[in-house]
Amino acid sequence: MLELPRDHSRIVIIGATSAIAEHCARLWAAAPGAMLTLVGRDPGRIERVAADLRVRSPGATVRVMSGNLLDARAIRVLVDAIVRDGMPDRVLIAHGALPDQQACQRDLGAAFDALQVNALSPVLFAEAFAGHMEARGGVITLIGSVAGDRGRRSNYVYGAAKGLVTRYAQGLQHRLAGSGSPLRVVLVKPGPTATPMTAHLPQRGLAPVDAVARRIVDGAAAGTPVVYAPGKWAVVMLVIRHLPAFMFNRMSI
Amino acid sequence: MVNVASWGRLGSHAHELVALHDRARVPGQIAADAGGQGAGQVQGTGLAQGNARSYGDVCLNPGGRLWRTTGLDRFIDFDAASGRLRCEAGVLLRDIQRMSLPHGWLLPVTPGTQLVTVGGAIANDVHGKNHHVLGSFGDHVLSLRLARTDGSVIYCSPGDCSPGDCGPVREAGWFAATVGGMGLTGVIVEAELQLRRARGPWLVTDTVPYATLDEFFPLADASKAGWEHTVSWIDCLSGSGRGLFLRANPAAIPYCTVSERHTVRRKPRRMPFVPPVSLVNSLSLQPFNAAYFRLHQRRAGHAIAHFERFGYPLDGLHDWNRMYGPHGFYQYQSVVPRADGQAVTQAMLAAIKASGQGSFLAVLKTFGARTGAGMMSFPRPGVTLALDFPNRGASTVRLFERLDAIVGEAGGRLYAAKDARMPRALFEAGYPRLAEFLPYRDPGISSSMSRRLMGS
Repeated sequence: MLELPRDHSRIVIIGATSAIAEHCARLWAAAPGAMLTLVGRDPGRIERVAADLRVRSPGATVRVMSGNLLDARAIRVLVDAIVRDGMPDRVLIAHGALPDQQACQRDLGAAFDALQVNALSPVLFAEAFAGHMEARGGVITLIGSVAGDRGRRSNYVYGAAKGLVTRYAQGLQHRLAGSGSPLRVVLVKPGPTATPMTAHLPQRGLAPVDAVARRIVDGAAAGTPVVYAPGKWAVVMLVIRHLPAFMFNRMSI
Repeated sequence: MVNVASWGRLGSHAHELVALHDRARVPGQIAADAGGQGAGQVQGTGLAQGNARSYGDVCLNPGGRLWRTTGLDRFIDFDAASGRLRCEAGVLLRDIQRMSLPHGWLLPVTPGTQLVTVGGAIANDVHGKNHHVLGSFGDHVLSLRLARTDGSVIYCSPGDCSPGDCGPVREAGWFAATVGGMGLTGVIVEAELQLRRARGPWLVTDTVPYATLDEFFPLADASKAGWEHTVSWIDCLSGSGRGLFLRANPAAIPYCTVSERHTVRRKPRRMPFVPPVSLVNSLSLQPFNAAYFRLHQRRAGHAIAHFERFGYPLDGLHDWNRMYGPHGFYQYQSVVPRADGQAVTQAMLAAIKASGQGSFLAVLKTFGARTGAGMMSFPRPGVTLALDFPNRGASTVRLFERLDAIVGEAGGRLYAAKDARMPRALFEAGYPRLAEFLPYRDPGISSSMSRRLMGS
């Protein structure tokens, strides 16, 4: 019988219950022989995502892991365990939560939680994976945001967290380039995307989640250092970043 | 609050949008919303909305809450040996068919678009071109899980269920009320569907032009036995009732022998803007219909078609509903008994022609001799005519009044899934099981349509 070429890539997704990550998983799982490790906080939800992938792509191997995604020591243990079973080819670090800016201003606890889940945890995961993958190579994809390009009154706590992810990714890219490592780091900056996180907002102008996922998967395949999704945000944010303060401060964004 | 319109774009209304995306959380979420303890600020009722492809107001709840189910888009289990699929209610029919076809299965019944959710297909008990063979969507639902705003979950199926299979409720009544129940009995969270064996994606089609309605009915009757899909496009402005009769059967052609260019897997196009006036109007329509008829008259006879292209031609043009301009459009779909179906159809076409209004998308079909699985299912034995009309205000309303009179007198009914304006009396006359249905309604759920036609 004819044996089709199989792509035994090992793909690890942190925060796999996020809508963007789930759609990336659907694309990656479509490659015959793909091996996916889905990591999330809620074991029930992560298993529901895995069951869906197994129906869509019977040729893929999907396993799930859950744990505390916020604690530095737990992250170390989790990442070491994943790597022990096989060095990943692609890692997507996708967890996050859109906080209510007003609530963050009133309640430092809410601001702390937002910074922890959107900034500290993702970069600790990236750091842990980078240490393992630096010699052999692969791709680590981090999800930033257009909100991280410039602080705005409507969501600067979230923006600050994503800004930290941006600077971290730059630094890691710089380190790897300097050492000649084959490991690539991709920072994706999605614009507003139609996901459960934005479902209460007007849907006009939101990018379809499957299109954003496609950009992420293609960006990882190409190893592009910075990917805006959709691409038009590269231009929009170039302008926003360079607006002088006297103009920017008058804008209600 | 966010403005939301239905597919007919007749008007856009403020709603509070709430995403349902984790099926385990749905019962708690809608109960909290209904009890005023949810995240929402709106007091009052909610309504599940899928992909919002209903033309009228069955999927709208102005001033209230819409529970968007498109995030409930996960498959749960598929048995490629038996063709049984369990999935969440927000899965699109397109995604089911693209998943199942390589295993040799397709949905037995689909409407004229695949871009609807499973929950919407059940709630409106949609039908397709093969109604005379396979009935409507609800006939192939093995079971479903319904969340109520009191926090309860009902697992129901068409017949009695075996012990262990069922939750606390075992009445078949819930199933019959929910299929075609317009989303008013609860939020459909997941369903189990029986798919149908498919030898491949291809259909053998046959196009038969006809000059008058007198020719349509014998054609329809003669095609019933030998053809699985039958439908007809009718030129509603010609007066004579000329049209094109389309019939098709699954083809026993393996996958690779027909070129891919026959498929609709090309990149879909998009209607990029809303034109200031409807592109479907009295100037454009007559020449367009005549040209369409002549083109297909020349192409009459047999052909091979991909099922996506045959079944869902408009899915290749996103936002096609914008074509009707800023005022939107109405769909008017009726079914009348077969006995005087010809005279009634003739009378309706005459009324449309006299009004000078009409549409390109005019479809005439005979339903099979079977009643729907639901108390409020639309399909019944007889002749169904579906038309869309650009919204021209009072003159369009007057035309509908004339058509209502013809349908009402014939003992027919209108399709609620497409309606935005039928009078309550016609609704009550057309749906005799309404009184049986009402006790199954969820008091925390209502729609613009339910308030219009059921008073709450």
